[in-house]
Amino acid sequence: MQELINKAKELLANGTVVRVLGWRAGDLSYNPEPAFFETEEDLQKFVYDGFCGANLSKYMIEASKLDGKTLVFLKPCDTYSFNQLIKEHRVDREKAYIVGVGCRGKLDIDKIKEQGIKGIESVEGTELDGPDTLTIKTLYGDKTCSYASAMLGRCHVCKGKEHMIADEIIGESKDTKDAERFDAVKAVEAMSPEERFNFFQKELRKCIRCNACRNVCPACSCRKCVFDSNKFDSAQKANVDSFEEKMFHVIRAFHVAGRCTDCGECSRVCPQGIQLHLFNRKFIKDINEYYGEFQAGADIEARGPLTNYTFDDVEPSIVKERG
Amino acid sequence: MQQRIGVFVCHCGSNIAATVDVKKVVEMLALEPGVVHAEDYQYMCSEVGQAKIAEAIKEKQLTGVVVCSCSPRMHETTFRKCAERAGLNPYMVEIANIREQVSWIHKDMEEATQKAVILGRAAIAKVSLNTPLKAGESRVTKRALVIGGGIAGIQTALDIADAGYEVDIVEKTPSIGGRMSQLDKTFPTLDCSACILTPKMVEASANEKITLYTYSEVEKVSGFVGDFTVDIRKKARSVDMSKCTGCGVCQEKCPNKKAPSEFNRGLNTRSAIYTPFAQAIPNVPVIDREHCTKFLTGKCGVCSKVCQAGAIDYEQQDEIITEKYGAIVVATGFDIIKLDNYGEYAYDQSPDVITSLELERIMNAAGPTKGHLERMSDHKAPKNMVFIQCVGSRCSDGRGKSYCSKICCMYTAKHAMLIRDKYPDVNVTVFYIDVRTPGKNFDEFYRRAVEDYHVNYIKGQVGKVTPEADGSLTVHGVDLIDNKQIKMKADMVVLAAAIEPNPDIRKIATMLTASIDTNNFLTEAHAKLRPVESPTAGIFLSGVTQGPKDIPETVSQAGAAAVKAIGLLAKDKLLTNPCTAQADIMACNGCSTCANVCPYGAISYEDKEVRGPGIREVRRVAVVNSALCQGCGACTVACPSGAMDLQGFSNRQIIAEVDAICR
Repeated sequence: MQELINKAKELLANGTVVRVLGWRAGDLSYNPEPAFFETEEDLQKFVYDGFCGANLSKYMIEASKLDGKTLVFLKPCDTYSFNQLIKEHRVDREKAYIVGVGCRGKLDIDKIKEQGIKGIESVEGTELDGPDTLTIKTLYGDKTCSYASAMLGRCHVCKGKEHMIADEIIGESKDTKDAERFDAVKAVEAMSPEERFNFFQKELRKCIRCNACRNVCPACSCRKCVFDSNKFDSAQKANVDSFEEKMFHVIRAFHVAGRCTDCGECSRVCPQGIQLHLFNRKFIKDINEYYGEFQAGADIEARGPLTNYTFDDVEPSIVKERG
Repeated sequence: MQQRIGVFVCHCGSNIAATVDVKKVVEMLALEPGVVHAEDYQYMCSEVGQAKIAEAIKEKQLTGVVVCSCSPRMHETTFRKCAERAGLNPYMVEIANIREQVSWIHKDMEEATQKAVILGRAAIAKVSLNTPLKAGESRVTKRALVIGGGIAGIQTALDIADAGYEVDIVEKTPSIGGRMSQLDKTFPTLDCSACILTPKMVEASANEKITLYTYSEVEKVSGFVGDFTVDIRKKARSVDMSKCTGCGVCQEKCPNKKAPSEFNRGLNTRSAIYTPFAQAIPNVPVIDREHCTKFLTGKCGVCSKVCQAGAIDYEQQDEIITEKYGAIVVATGFDIIKLDNYGEYAYDQSPDVITSLELERIMNAAGPTKGHLERMSDHKAPKNMVFIQCVGSRCSDGRGKSYCSKICCMYTAKHAMLIRDKYPDVNVTVFYIDVRTPGKNFDEFYRRAVEDYHVNYIKGQVGKVTPEADGSLTVHGVDLIDNKQIKMKADMVVLAAAIEPNPDIRKIATMLTASIDTNNFLTEAHAKLRPVESPTAGIFLSGVTQGPKDIPETVSQAGAAAVKAIGLLAKDKLLTNPCTAQADIMACNGCSTCANVCPYGAISYEDKEVRGPGIREVRRVAVVNSALCQGCGACTVACPSGAMDLQGFSNRQIIAEVDAICR
């Protein structure tokens, strides 16, 4: 972490950048939040630990409109989102100085709580070069759990330790993949239509339309979201029935299809714990099967499979048959 | 503004009225908000019907008109013009299709009536949100492009040129002439194919209004009716067309004569530098770089040494020519199918099993056997010949084509007759499913084969052809009339292989955004009433590209396509469709998704200053070129923020329709 702060100080001092986009300590020790830093003094609040899951790419949309360059810290999986935003002309590559930061998987406080650990005050050993075992300070004394058991679901299907774009890289990353990316989707596909409907009904019924998933999503970067637009009857509307609960999430999934990098931020921030990434991952799986393997954000030049036409494209009838 | 909508329900004689209670529809729709007038009439499209609409518009100051009738493809224009004459903007008219979508597909009157009411409501909901639109104008480039230089393309080009317009033919092979140039004789008159085709080829070449681009392919098409821009790739011939005298010495002296002759269907070989056939136009050879020793090894250069004119140019590069056209005629023709799925006929096993097109070449004096009928295996004259019809045509098992190739019955009768005439000692047997000979003097022609030339026609199919050790072939078939199995010896078997559209058509259709059917034939705008036009404006169909045809039919259709193209070129200006997309720059993200999906290249991006409440910044936003936009709507569904909207089919209008239906 100190290395990152030193780099930030250096770039601010020599004028390469005028601000730094990183994370600072939040209200709770395990809840750091994205933040801009403009002075050396500000940087005292800078943190980078296992709980810094937030993907900073989307904040670069606003930063691109400001004068001067911004130093942004991106984890390997965040770089896919950044690339996708470059491709959609939403961020300005010239306005960013990208430091690729090391990552050994990010932590989910709920995963620790699920292990029966209560009254958590702080978690130790979360830094990049920390131990494999976390020490959790609780009201009831110290507890331990393995780092891997506390990782976010998305880190178990890690896209790899390579940064897709960066000006320099600080810190070693680790590929934390230990599960198959599409297993959860396959389990849903294997359900009967009725079971599947009930499954999504149950999940989406929890939605409180707080819009956190949309607000955090780097693909949901529209200046004006259709759900906020007075051109449609859906603006700022709380769900009145189960149809509308589903409509919001299904439309959102369609809007990001072919552009979603599977960064998993939607599920990370959902206060209701809805497995929102399943929708997006289903689309990714279908796109891979119908149009060939495609990872949004891996390549700035590649055209998205849904906005491209080739002679090998699967016929619509096949898509329909397979649902 | 207070809506004043008029609803007009058409009986279409009994077409609608027999299944839909039109009085009930009038009664129900009259209750809809904004509707101030509702009536029904027997034929709304008639003069009396239109007068009723015009009268209501004037008397009741209608702001919108809904006509519940047939498909908008039939009469939308009629009713729009009627509204315009009565002083209402033509785009304030909506059609509820209660014929194709209701009366023709439903039997139960109550249900059909209910659906007609619902569709009427949707149209009323939409028309309430319509805004008056005005058609723009676009120019017409007075030049036509014909893709394909076979008899269809040549005829179309000659007819267009005759009307005084410039026309370019793009032909993929080194010479114009197409499939017809490969034929020996033509039915039903048995005149020599080359003798009637060559004058047309010469005429096309000599006509100063016609430009030939042979050994060339269409690479890119942009634009729209009246104003297409086309990139043509002129492949490197390796011979300078301006210097070559066509003396032919290079072809004689070329040491590499091992390339299979495309023109002779691979039955013999040709030199690496070649013209496909003697009457080729232009009479300028090309170097086949895949077979030329100079290109393969760097050594040789014989053609260059012998060429007195110094026309050989090994360095020549492909050239891209960009030209503007008002109309494009597709005449890409056909090939016969590959016989991979028909192993039972032993086409791959025996050189004596041939296709009919190969037989054309064998029978032709300029062909691989100089016109002598002989077996390709041992060059002996055959004694028994068997023709098998419908190889891959009228196929129901999915191996071949479901359609009838249409020309095979006639050319087989021709082959049988010519063989019996020239070699009376050869027995000719034809296995057929049906003999189909509609056409002027066609059935008489077939009967001559049976009655005068004693060709043995057997109704039945062949199950297997077996090559024997002695070089003969055994044909196992069935005679359906005598109901018995047949096993007969043959020296040659000729397969009437199905024809299929030129495989390039898929690529070309995509470039032209012209639709094709499941068999890759180009689709007509209307199967009966607009058979030579594509649904894509400015694209016309000539010849087999639209469906199987013989030469006379092809020539007539080629002429018809030419007339349609001429009709377009004769106009100075075209009215453009005002139902085009528009970007709301306040909502546009500048993400380029719309530009990526736009098939017409109508969307570009500009940095524009955007001003709004609390906003004053320069943004990269989408700009639609309304002259290029065809109103397909692809951008409106691709745009994630809903910034793209289609005039006349706005998102709000469509949602209003859906809401009205779901009410």
